[in-house]
Amino acid sequence: MELLFNLTLNGLATGMLIFLLAAGLTLIFGLMDVLNFAHGGLFAWGAYSGIWIYTTTGSFLIGIFGAILTGFLLGIITEKWIIKPVYGNHVQQILITLGLMLVLSEMLKVIWGPNQLTANPPEYLKGSWEIGDIIIIKYRVFIIFVGLLVFAGVQFLLKNTKIGLVVRAGVMNKEMVQALGINIKKVFMFVFMIGSGMAALGGVLFGPYSGVIHAGMGMEFAILAFIVVVIGGMGNFTGSVMAAILVGLSGSFMAYYVPELSLAVNMLLMAIVLIVKPQGLFGGKG
Amino acid sequence: MSELLKLNNIETYIGQYHILQGVSVEVKKGEVTVLLGRNGAGKTTTLRTIMGLNPASKGSVVYKGEEIQALPTYTIAQKGIGYVPEDQGIFAGLTVEENMKVAIQKENEETNKRLDYILNLFPDLQKFWKKPGGLLSGGQKQMLSIARAYVNDNELLLIDEPSKGLAPIVVEKVMESILQMKDQTTIVLVEQNFMMASTIGDCFYIIDDGRTVSNGTMKQLKEDEEMKRKYLGIA
Repeated sequence: MELLFNLTLNGLATGMLIFLLAAGLTLIFGLMDVLNFAHGGLFAWGAYSGIWIYTTTGSFLIGIFGAILTGFLLGIITEKWIIKPVYGNHVQQILITLGLMLVLSEMLKVIWGPNQLTANPPEYLKGSWEIGDIIIIKYRVFIIFVGLLVFAGVQFLLKNTKIGLVVRAGVMNKEMVQALGINIKKVFMFVFMIGSGMAALGGVLFGPYSGVIHAGMGMEFAILAFIVVVIGGMGNFTGSVMAAILVGLSGSFMAYYVPELSLAVNMLLMAIVLIVKPQGLFGGKG
Repeated sequence: MSELLKLNNIETYIGQYHILQGVSVEVKKGEVTVLLGRNGAGKTTTLRTIMGLNPASKGSVVYKGEEIQALPTYTIAQKGIGYVPEDQGIFAGLTVEENMKVAIQKENEETNKRLDYILNLFPDLQKFWKKPGGLLSGGQKQMLSIARAYVNDNELLLIDEPSKGLAPIVVEKVMESILQMKDQTTIVLVEQNFMMASTIGDCFYIIDDGRTVSNGTMKQLKEDEEMKRKYLGIA
């Protein structure tokens, strides 16, 4: 029972981190039809910048805000200077974003050195609660809470605001959105910024969760995020959270019971979804 | 009547295909101008070119005295041109209400009045206000698409084949509503259904192989059997 609970909690926490990365990716793909292979780089930059600010200021909260701000800024720069010239061309998008991914990873090594950095949770999130035989690690609960909070916040934005409506409409038919008098490019920029901010938030939360951060972490998590985007349905925000939880849980359980197959199972799941329901388990765009 | 829109010998490419090779149209304020022609003649591309969705490579599109052919689509729409595409362009996952909310550019008294007017004209939209657009029938989708274009204070509506794929009784309803709107706005209509086109239209342009080949009043066209047979395939 205790084991099952801990594996579930671990899976949910990992799922939420993947969700933070995948949600932006799916919205960017759904709305802008952009395959952004550099998204993992923003995750890594969120981790490095956030943990650096955290260790410099001593405040984890400031570190989190710093990481989100870094994500926003990098998102704006990436959209404006890297993505905009290659809208509509998937081959160029893959090449240029893969290139950017490498540049972002190498820049981390240039600024913070090639060695991995350690990251610990703040005092108030260290340790655990004990309920009978069950031990609940505080930081994992915190990650799940933040993930759910972000999910609820973005859902509120998408469902209850004009910009959210426009984003949802744009995912379905961006040409029509423009024909209704809306500047879709501004919406693209907004979505890219939010998506990048979420990825950076995922990165800074990941630091104390794993204890160390390294320049290659972005690529590792990006693979999981792409699996989630495919399983959840490309462009489907709600699908991305469900699929992220599924991938997080399967990763957690498989890593314990059959560790050799932990990534393979997710790959297999993605392959099955692509064969059986290519639009994703939770429907298509929207 | 004064001229609201003028297309001067426009040429448009879609990819490598030279679709429009010289289309010239004058749209007078308060009139319904119908673009006629066979399938693939370039009627839809003409509307898309006006909207900037397939920008013209040559020629000019002049709206209220201003050249708009180089402007982005959203700016053209903001200038007061509403567009009802051939496939209706409904946001399937959004409710009827949300579809209308996306379309409304300015929320004010005037817009509310227009919304009330359009909902009276299409009561089905009010009935299915909270229903996703994708679940509406073909006719209801057409009504929603027209409503979205009309709800803003647009001086010009571009309506692409509103009768396409609809049952005759629904075509009649859509036709009646366009006739009512005709009093308040200028319309450019692409239509294959000659009965509908000739009932609503004041004047016509025939497009053939990407060129305007004839124009005149609808009365003239009704009486010209040779023209109808040659370009529209109507015996």
